[in-house]
Parts: sequence; structure tokens; C-alpha cells
Amino acid sequence: MRGYVPGCEVKVPVTLAEALDVLAAEPGGWRPMAGGTDLMVLFNAGRMPAGRFLDLSRIEELRGIWEDETTLRFGALTTFSEMRDCPSVHRHLPNLVKSARATGALAIQNRGTLGGNIANASPAADTPPSLLAYGAELELVSLRGRRTVAYDAFHQGYKQMDLAVDELVAGIRVPKPQGLGFHFYRKVGTRQAQAISKLCLAAYARIEGGLIAEFRVGLGSLAPAPVRARRAEAMILGKPLTALQVTAAREALMADICPIDDIRSTVHYRRVVTANVFQQMLEELAHA
Amino acid sequence: MIGIPAIRKEGRAKVLGRARYTDDKTFRCLLYGATVRSTVPRGILKAIRFGEGIPWKEFTIVTAQDIPGENRVAAIVKDQPFLVEVGGMINHAEEPVLLLAHPDRYLLEKARRAVILEVEELPAILDIQSSLDRAQIIGGNENIFKELRIEKGDPASVWARAAHIIEGAYRTGAQEHLYIEPNGMLAIVAHGDHEDQVTVCGSLQCPYYIQKALMNLFGLPADKVRIVQMETGGAFGGKEDYPSLIAGHAALLAWKSGKPVKLIYDREEDMAATTKRHPSRTRMKTAFDEAGHLLALDIDFILDAGAYATLSSVVLSRGAIHAAGVYRCSNTHIHARAVATNTPPSGAFRGFGAPQSLFALERHLDVCAAQLGLDPAELRRKNFLKIGDTMATGQVIQEKLDLAGLMDRTLQEIGYTEKRRSFAVINATDEPIKRGVGISVFMHGCGFTGSGETYLASVAGIEGLADGRVAVLAASTEIGQGKDTVFSQIASEALNIPMELVEVAQADTKVVPDSGPTVASRSTMVVGRLVEDAAYAFKQALIQQGFLEEPYTPELFREAVRRSHARFGTVKCYTQYHKPPHIEWDDQTYRGDAYPTFSWGCYAAEVAVDTVTFEVKVEDFVAIQEVGRVINPVLAAGQIEGGVAQGIGWALWESVEWKGGRMVNNQMTNYIIPTSVDLPRIRVAFLENPHPAGPGGAKGLGELPMDGPAPAVLNALQNALGNLRLDEVPMTPERLLECMEVACG
Repeated sequence: MRGYVPGCEVKVPVTLAEALDVLAAEPGGWRPMAGGTDLMVLFNAGRMPAGRFLDLSRIEELRGIWEDETTLRFGALTTFSEMRDCPSVHRHLPNLVKSARATGALAIQNRGTLGGNIANASPAADTPPSLLAYGAELELVSLRGRRTVAYDAFHQGYKQMDLAVDELVAGIRVPKPQGLGFHFYRKVGTRQAQAISKLCLAAYARIEGGLIAEFRVGLGSLAPAPVRARRAEAMILGKPLTALQVTAAREALMADICPIDDIRSTVHYRRVVTANVFQQMLEELAHA
Repeated sequence: MIGIPAIRKEGRAKVLGRARYTDDKTFRCLLYGATVRSTVPRGILKAIRFGEGIPWKEFTIVTAQDIPGENRVAAIVKDQPFLVEVGGMINHAEEPVLLLAHPDRYLLEKARRAVILEVEELPAILDIQSSLDRAQIIGGNENIFKELRIEKGDPASVWARAAHIIEGAYRTGAQEHLYIEPNGMLAIVAHGDHEDQVTVCGSLQCPYYIQKALMNLFGLPADKVRIVQMETGGAFGGKEDYPSLIAGHAALLAWKSGKPVKLIYDREEDMAATTKRHPSRTRMKTAFDEAGHLLALDIDFILDAGAYATLSSVVLSRGAIHAAGVYRCSNTHIHARAVATNTPPSGAFRGFGAPQSLFALERHLDVCAAQLGLDPAELRRKNFLKIGDTMATGQVIQEKLDLAGLMDRTLQEIGYTEKRRSFAVINATDEPIKRGVGISVFMHGCGFTGSGETYLASVAGIEGLADGRVAVLAASTEIGQGKDTVFSQIASEALNIPMELVEVAQADTKVVPDSGPTVASRSTMVVGRLVEDAAYAFKQALIQQGFLEEPYTPELFREAVRRSHARFGTVKCYTQYHKPPHIEWDDQTYRGDAYPTFSWGCYAAEVAVDTVTFEVKVEDFVAIQEVGRVINPVLAAGQIEGGVAQGIGWALWESVEWKGGRMVNNQMTNYIIPTSVDLPRIRVAFLENPHPAGPGGAKGLGELPMDGPAPAVLNALQNALGNLRLDEVPMTPERLLECMEVACG
């Protein structure tokens, strides 16, 4: 353990109100922590200074998966394992199941949370591309009140979020896909399991009367934050399934991403393989 | 008892969590130790400063100045300091400079970060080519730690008349051992009136190497330095030489503080600072006649030794001797060099140079086969060594050797011919998954190279215990490979008693004789044979002294041991290694019998390449080998499976990423070893051919499985994708993409 344990202070609120009180009283003074699966790795490696942590893991109000006619709502503390185990998630949001399954090891899936995966804001997180593809919304809460933001407007740059220092992600709402849907998720990791992604692509399309009526692509590890492939989407949206402009959309996709060279992969590999995976997805879509 | 799948002797304690590893051991007044290291690859250490906010007077601080004996690790060459002294040269990043100890391990870590090293940085040499170019002279003789030539016939006389001359260059990367337990040592120093008594317990492979290093460090005689192996969670060569440094550091802190000191590396420190497999570059030039017979082989083999000589000279020897592989060739030149770079010293790693040179040769042969229009298996078949043939060093194959039979068995198991045919059809379609199958044929020399075993003159023994059981006395260490079990089987077979009556003494220099290091696929064959001989001698002694008569029951044997013990106190029989008369080796010319014998293998890999992502999956793997007689089939198969997994990891994923001479992916998240889902079922079979040198006919097998997988996997890739320049491991998806783009122009 390279982190300085004696320098740490941890508060463990059991209600949301209590947690929000702490955040409001000392804005920026306490670092929210849910499953801790990212923070503890950093702390153990000595890459995060000792400090004050607000352990949210006991707040029951932030747990659970609810569903109505149109929406699935996830409490921010929903774990990857809970998503994997929920029949409704399997039925409506298969990409989210795949991304939960692709995250870390089982122990991490038992502990890590959807809210944490979002608010940790890693560009390489596995669930954000699926949430982007499904058009998710976030419920943010503070003592000042609740507000809802579209998830695709939440990440604003590397670790930059539309989240005030006194706010918490309370829940994630995902509209249930209606009609004839096409779901695609592919994570290209450093190995087949227990891997961080080199790139990740999730797509959802609604097909109506032979046309692409709805189409969103979420990308991971290809920009400073999880992003949507808006230019590429625009090339496909509204087009007939039989006449998808694959080459043009592939080119447009290259303008949607700005990958980097890092210890896991290269810019070149990421660009080529993202284009290939995207094309594979469109070919599957064309045959849907 | 030989040949049965006896249950692992120490397995129960490990499974139940009762096995005691170094970090499990604790004392009152224990201090934790930490190592302050250089962050630059080369420079002059100008000063050491202590930052603010740390109660430095509470700390035990050791610098080079404190060292009572010689500040050099006693290895083959004494060039590596335990600690860089002020005014001295830093030769690699992560080089130890200063030691700290404190009872509070968290404060200790804070203090470690607060030490400031003032360094005048100098230009560094970070790769093989820069070292050969001699832009800076950084070590060895003009950057060369060891250079050797193996010469047989005259390749130069062949080039002009050869039908085909084919050249190639191959590279392999560093590899991290990733034993499950990181390095760690616990030291206690008792201050005496005349001399101190140093005791170090730890995770280690070679207790007597450490004893020698600490005698030199403290200027103490052997009886004042005691080294005890704790339960050890894997080693693979990674706990062969570097633990001498860690043991020395822990002992220096204990000596200065007067308290027990525990020095345990975390995973990041272990990966960044300790040894790796030598990166290599091999250039091959080969000549063939019209029919595909190998006429000449010219090999230039270079290893990146890192900053100090350590074991590189012997790694180089083994690599060079294995470079010509399992083929008959009258004209062979091998020029081998180990070069200095400002990277942490490369060290021993399963295979010890042979995986590097065999990768080059076995990969090159598939390149040759494609150019010659021959099937890779058929090209090999034309050139296999047979009884009576001579190897590159002039060693004559004396034993029955049927490499064609070994290969045919592998080809049949994997379905080589049918698969190559059917894959060719499917691969020609636009299916994104391309499949291929490839093989490698190879050998591994058992025991130390050349005269190594003669110099070692290892000793092992059998002791009769008061309760009538016996103990095996050997310095060989149980490092997860099953040595305790195998030695028990050998002793119980020789004594004709059940295994329960055989205990294996802890590797403690105060208790066991120097049976040499636990390396070089030598424990079963060389030390096991000493154990067998000692057991026979022990039995004879009991008979001659009238305690025992043949035939006997286990109870009668037990009674005999009990009575002999009651009568004499201690009863021990030792045997020592003596060079067999027919083995000759010349260290100067590299001529003669490089090894008493070899184990032989033929491996086959089937791969699937996803041309969307360039990910490679090994879908089937067949590992067939001839290792003499198998002593424990379950443990032997485990060794092969583990070695193959390690070999596939090296072939496809395990890439040490360097930045300014420092490993930057020193976490298990980013240094990618295969998980169970990344590996195929590994199908293992042994062809038995008992060899007279080993106990019960056994030869060595621990390293063999590291030699074959990388070339087999890359040859399978060539089969799947066509003739790309697949000349490097690890062949990561990123590199494969580049290779495919180069091939497409």
C-alpha cells in the first residue's frame, strides 16, 4: 500500500440527505466514493493523495432498479452484477449487460457501481458507450434540488463533468427501446477478460419501415471522455437499411474520435480497428 | 513410487492457507524496510538530501558508506553495487541508492518519497543497436559483457554453391516473470563480540547464491551467514539472482538497526526493479541445397543484458548453444554477444536464452519453407538430427533420437494436414476470421551448461530421523514446481518405503548441503540423481551396520532407522556430483558436450486471427515431448501447461513498455498475461525414453515448454495470413496490424 492510510478520513452517511449535507457544508472537501474499485487502485499505487472520502455505499436510497412502461431507472449504486442479474436489463438493454460483463473481474462487478463508472469519468469505462447508445439521462441531486441532464451532454472533457461539487449522481434513466431494435456492443480489450479497453463501440438503432429511424453510437477509449459518434450517426440516420453509406460513414467516424497513444494501444490501431468494428456493426445492421 | 501421480507434498498447507510465506512471518520490534531508487537511467549521484516533514531521526538509514564488506554483489562478475555511492555512477533506472527502515510502514512510504537524489544525468543507452554503436561506453568491454563463437565447418565455403540462401532477422522482447508472490526478505542480525551472525529468510530460489553474496557484503565466513527459504510463491528464474540484492538490503538494515527487518516489494516495485527475460535480436543466414537440405547456418545472436553482467554470460551460452536447434548442419557459425544497456539488468527466466534463439531459428525455418516451396514439417524432417550426428558444438548424439516420430505424433494430434488443407479453403473467402496451424521442434539441455555441473560439484544427502523416517537434505527449493514431491518419490523408490516416511528438509544453509541452485532444469535430473544415490548409500549403510536386512517391510526399515539413530545420534549419507567420464567440454572453444543430455519437444498451435481487430486466439495446442522417464505425470503435465501458457503470453501479449529506461506498465492491469479464457486447452503427452543420467531415467523438463510455443504460434499465424514478416514477439494486435499493412504495401 503506497497511499498514506493514517492521512485518510472517511465519513459513512446512511441517508442521501446526510451525504448532501456534508457536500454542501464543505464543497469539494469530501470525495464521494461508491464501490471504490477505481479510487482504491489509485490509492494503493500511491497515485492519489490521502484525503477525505465520503463513502456512499450504505445509502439505500441510491440502490435498486425500477421499471415502468417506458423507462428503466438505475439507482447510482447499482452494481455491475445486479445489472447482469436483472431480467429486464437483459430484455431491454442487452448492450448494458454485455458492458457490465466486460468490466473487470467478478469481484469488481460485485462492488463497482454504474454511478461510479459514470462519475469516475474514465474515457475507458465500459458502461458509458452503452448508456450513450441508449440515450440515457442522469438524475443529479444536491441540497439545491434535483435536475436531469442528458448523459451525452454530461462529459465535457477529460474528467470534466456537468456535476457541481455539491452534487451527486443519484440515478440513471434509460428509455426502453421500442419497436424493432438493433443492439451492438464490442469492447476490444487488452485480452479476453479482466482487461481495460483499447476501444469500445456500442450502437443502438431503431428500424421502422426499412429506414433507420433512430441511431446512436457510443464510443469508449477514443476521446478524452466517452463520446457519441455524431458525425457518423448523421450519415446513417434516416437512411434505408438497403443503402447504408458504409464508406462515407466510416470516414465521418474518423472525425468523431481523437484517440491517443498510451500503454495499452496506439492511435493508429485505435483508428483502424474502430473503423473496422463500426463497419462490421453496419454490415450486421444491414442484415438485421 | 516413480511414475505415479503422487499428491503434492506441500499442497495441503497451501490450499488450507497454512503455508507460511515471508510476509506471514512477524516479530515484535519488527521494522519495515524500503528502497530508494534512481529515476534516471544514467548519471552521477551528486548528493542525497532528506526532504522536510519527515521525522528522519526515527529512521534507520543505510547508504553505501555503511557497508561493512564489499559493496558488490558476488556473482559471476562483481560489477553490481548493492547501493550506488555518492559520487558513483547510476547505471539504470530503479537502481538502489538508499535504504530506510521504520516500524510504521505508511510513514516509511512517505519518507521514501521524500528522499531527494541529486543526479547529474548522462546520456543513456537504451537498446541493443545503440549499445553496439557505442555512442556511450557504459559497461563490460566496450559495451560487451560476453562474446562467444561456436564454429563447426565453414559456412563461407557454402554460400557460392548453395541453391538457396535465405536470410532473416528476429526480435524478442523483455518478459516479466509475474510469479504470484512478489520478492521479499526478512533479516535478523545478532551482534557478536567478534563476528555478527546474519540470518535471512525469504522468497528465493538459490540459498547458497545469497549466502555467498552476503559473506562478501559483510566480510563474514559461511557459518555466520544463514539463509532460509520460506514458502515461495513461484520464481521462474526471477528469484535466482536479484534476491541476493534484496537479502543484502534487508540484512544491512537489520545490522544497522539491531532489529528484525522485513523488506517486501509490492507488485509495482517488483515489476519495475527486478530482472526480466533478456530482449534479443538474431540474424540468420541459411543455405539449402535444391532438395531443402540445410548446408550452412550463420547466426548472429545478441542479448540485451541491461546494466550489469549478472547471469548474462551463461544465459548467452545457453542461447547460443540452442541457436542451431535440432538440425544436422555441417557448416555452422554462431556469433553471440551480450551487450550493456542502461536498463535494469536482465536475468534468468525459464529457458535462459534458449527461447530467444529457438524462436529465431524455428520461425526462420517456416520462412525458408515458404521460399523453398516445402511444407514446414517436411523441411524439418529432411534435416533432423539422428543418432551419431553432431550438434553445433561437436556433441555427438549418443542416445536413441526419433524427432520425426515425435513430430508425426504432434502432427497427428493437431490434425495438421487436414487443417492446413481446410483452412486454406476457408481463408480464401471473405470470412473475417482466418485460421492457421503451425509447429516448432526444439530441445532443451538438461542441467548447467558445459562444465557448470563439474564446477558446482553439488552435494545432496539423506538423514535418518529419530522417529524412523528419513529426510532429504538438498538446497533445491520448492518454488511451486513440485520438487518436494518429486524428491520424496525418488527417495522412497530407492529406499523401497512409502512416501509418508520421507520428509524433505527446509532449504536452510544451516541444515542442507549446497546442491546448487534451483535452475536449469537440473533439480530432478542432477540433484534428484544425487538424492537417489544418497538413498541407496543410506540403505547400504543400514545393511552393512547390521540394522537392516533385505527384503524388509516399511516397519522394519523404520525400526532400523530408529535404532541407528539411537546408536549414533545423527546418521547422514551424502553424495557429490562427479562428471561422467564420457562428457567433455572446453570452455574456451565452446567445443564438446554442452549438456549431459537434452529433452526434446514438438509443439503445434492452431490460431484464429480476427482481421477486424487483429486479435489472435490460440484455439488448440498440442505439446508432445520426450523427457526421459516421467517421475510424476500430474506435476509434469502441470509444468508443461504452465510453460506453454507463459510461452503463449510471451508470443502474443507480454510487452514490457519502456519510457526513458523505466518500465511504465508495471501493474498487472497493463502488463498483459493470458487469463484462462485467453488460452486453449493444452494437450500434453510424454514419450518416455529413460536416460541413464537421471534418477529412474528422468531428464529435465521445467524450461522445455517455454521454448516451443512462441515459434509455433507465429508459424500458425503465417499459415493463417500468408507470408508476412512476422519476425517479432510479442506479436500484439498493434504489431500484427503493422505487419499486415507492410505486406499490403
